[in-house]
Amino acid sequence: MALTKVFTRPDSLRDLDFHFCPGCHHGTAHRLICEAIDYHGIKKKTIGIPGVGCGVFLYNYFDLDVCEAPHGRAPAVATGFKRVLPQNIIFTYQGDGDLGSIGMSEIIHTANRGENITVFFINNSVYGMTGGQMAPTTLPGQKTTTTPYGRDFRTEGYPIRMTEMLAPLEGVAFAARVSLHTPSQVKKARKAVLRALDIQLKNGGFSFVEFLCACPTNWGLSPRQCIEKIDKEMLQAFPLGTYKDRQGS
Amino acid sequence: MSERKILRGCVALAEGAIAAGCRFYFGYPITPQNDIPEYLSARLPQVEGVFIQAESEIASINMLLGAAAAGARAMTSSSGPGISLMQEGLSYMAGSELPGLVVNITRIGPGLGGIAASQGDYRQATRGGGHGDYHLIVLAPNSVQEMYDLTIKAFYLADKYRNPAMILSDAILGQMKEPLSLDPPPLVLPEKPWALTGARGRKAQLIKSLYLADGEMEQHNWHLHEKYRRLEREEVLVETDLEEKMEVLLVAFGSCSRMVHSAVELARSRGIRVGFLRPVTVYPFPRQALREVSREVGKVLVVEMNTGQMWDDVRLSLYPGCRAGLLARPGGGIPAPGQILAEIENLVKAGDGIDESVYQA
Amino acid sequence: MYYDVIFSGFGGQGVLLIGDILAQAAMLENRHVTWMPSYGVEIRGGAASCTVVISSQKIGSPITEEPCGLLAMSKPALLKFQHKVKKGGLLVVNTSFVEPEMITREDVIKICLPASEISYRETGDYKMANAVLLGAFVSLSRVVTLQGMEEALGVFFKEEKQKLLPLMIKALQYGSEFVCAGMNGDG
Repeated sequence: MALTKVFTRPDSLRDLDFHFCPGCHHGTAHRLICEAIDYHGIKKKTIGIPGVGCGVFLYNYFDLDVCEAPHGRAPAVATGFKRVLPQNIIFTYQGDGDLGSIGMSEIIHTANRGENITVFFINNSVYGMTGGQMAPTTLPGQKTTTTPYGRDFRTEGYPIRMTEMLAPLEGVAFAARVSLHTPSQVKKARKAVLRALDIQLKNGGFSFVEFLCACPTNWGLSPRQCIEKIDKEMLQAFPLGTYKDRQGS
Repeated sequence: MSERKILRGCVALAEGAIAAGCRFYFGYPITPQNDIPEYLSARLPQVEGVFIQAESEIASINMLLGAAAAGARAMTSSSGPGISLMQEGLSYMAGSELPGLVVNITRIGPGLGGIAASQGDYRQATRGGGHGDYHLIVLAPNSVQEMYDLTIKAFYLADKYRNPAMILSDAILGQMKEPLSLDPPPLVLPEKPWALTGARGRKAQLIKSLYLADGEMEQHNWHLHEKYRRLEREEVLVETDLEEKMEVLLVAFGSCSRMVHSAVELARSRGIRVGFLRPVTVYPFPRQALREVSREVGKVLVVEMNTGQMWDDVRLSLYPGCRAGLLARPGGGIPAPGQILAEIENLVKAGDGIDESVYQA
Repeated sequence: MYYDVIFSGFGGQGVLLIGDILAQAAMLENRHVTWMPSYGVEIRGGAASCTVVISSQKIGSPITEEPCGLLAMSKPALLKFQHKVKKGGLLVVNTSFVEPEMITREDVIKICLPASEISYRETGDYKMANAVLLGAFVSLSRVVTLQGMEEALGVFFKEEKQKLLPLMIKALQYGSEFVCAGMNGDG
């Protein structure tokens, strides 16, 4: 009986074990991006720029040219790359502290210039690599190592909604928020990643995909509990959807 | 016959960058260096180059990092506070071994300070400036001709050593006009097999400064160290104008060395035997040259537009027994040739040996 | 030879430009030359000045504490710099804007001329006052030739500005002739 292979590791993803914690969604996001790169056949011309955080080790897993960027500055580094190599595909991969806090200026202005790059934004509402401190996307009441009594909006402000903030900018061609906590949401996320890279391939302008992800270690929850938290809490604060898709570009 | 023109220092520097094949500029406005971005915003499109006014100096230096990692000759320019903002990026570039040019048309600090000429960024420029164990290659022009020539040189050195280079200049050199020859060397852009251009026809590559495995970081720092030792052996540039039986040796860099040059002429016209030494590369610093020259002379006078930052390097380099005094102007004032001459005469009168004292203007 | 001069006045009077033109002429005559504009806090308050150093030797300092010459187009310019001029040096003053009695120096060569009025009379435009004064300065200091000056003017007044060239030359020549006539008259 002949067996047909129906599921395999994407060519752009190296055959390595992830270092990510059980229940973390970085691995899923990695896989979706690599699948999209394979789908578009752009592995040989794609350059990845991870920010600083758990995602920095992207360079171990992606079988692509990769350049590390200082914390928050990946969009500026990507701008430098894209202006020198306009025919290449350039993407950044940034966490919520990297993109929404220290790198707020770079992401806004890169989007506003309409740089023809793609930004993948991992929102797990917490600083992962540094040990679970408050992120700009931390939910009201959420306990972190620097909000031990829970985030209080009166002193720590509110979760920042990056996709909603970026979508209205003229330079932005595509902005979507997806989640990785259920198979059906992963399917939607796959489409958003494909679309974002497709826009860059067509010189359409700045494209942005925000992934809602779990951080079981720093949330102090089991993977199953994490999925419930995303479903019940994160989706309230961060509604899913395509906020902008400039068609026909 | 090379073309001879009168240009402003900042414009000469920009033309030097074009002549060196630089086609990418990223920068943020700050006085007194705005002539550079303003000029290049018009000039670069004429040579199919890219000019971006970045949202901050932090973005500028990281755009430079990206362009350098993609293999291009690229630059940014700024002054004082803006250069401070770039230090993180410069540290990453040095750690990742990325070439690129940063121009500092210095202003007075600390803080907002002022926009007049100063040499107060010497220490920041020559010690590295950001975190970690690294140096920039730092060239300090003292004429409009050198604003052009040393900019070209800086790009070549940066590529040769895969290390960011800096032009350390100031408002005097940036604003003044002088005749210069626009006579660029033939443009040779080196192969950059390490650059990231997409993994076509080769394995995927990585540019990074993160080293977490046991011993990796130490090994990397020794590797960088060896590069700096090689720079010190092979790339020191120094200008000297010496005499027999010198009574005093004057040491100055950058614009300040122009006033010192005038003072040396004045002193010689009065029969004082003075020598002159100017570090053209302030990193690598001409330690060996200074040690050899100071062997023949007991007294050295350092003249700087700061409170004595290069003075430290000079004293580290002198032949044992030789002492160095300092004439310092840290407030935007320029040491006038007459003032320098007066200090030279004081030193000559002082007899054998001098206190390592600061002569305040 | 060595000569240093400060050109000073209000912004818009063209003192930086005539400094530029002088520097260009000096370069065309194979001299070393530097042109240094006022900078820093000095540029506040609408004042403008520049220092031009011309020499047969390599030039050290591009600034000067004791200039050989001063060309002053405004009262503040005269008041700020006249005391610095070297003894026996040259003072060229635009009396269209400065009362001659404000000149306190007795130990310098003084040329006073109402350059703005002369400019208007000779060219129909007040704006050539700087060239009138430059003409006077050059013919007295002889740091460059008048012919060299005219050649240098050609570098600055070309294309859309070319129509101003004959007027600038006329103003320059008038300033020069004013000095020659005056010197002859004084005997």
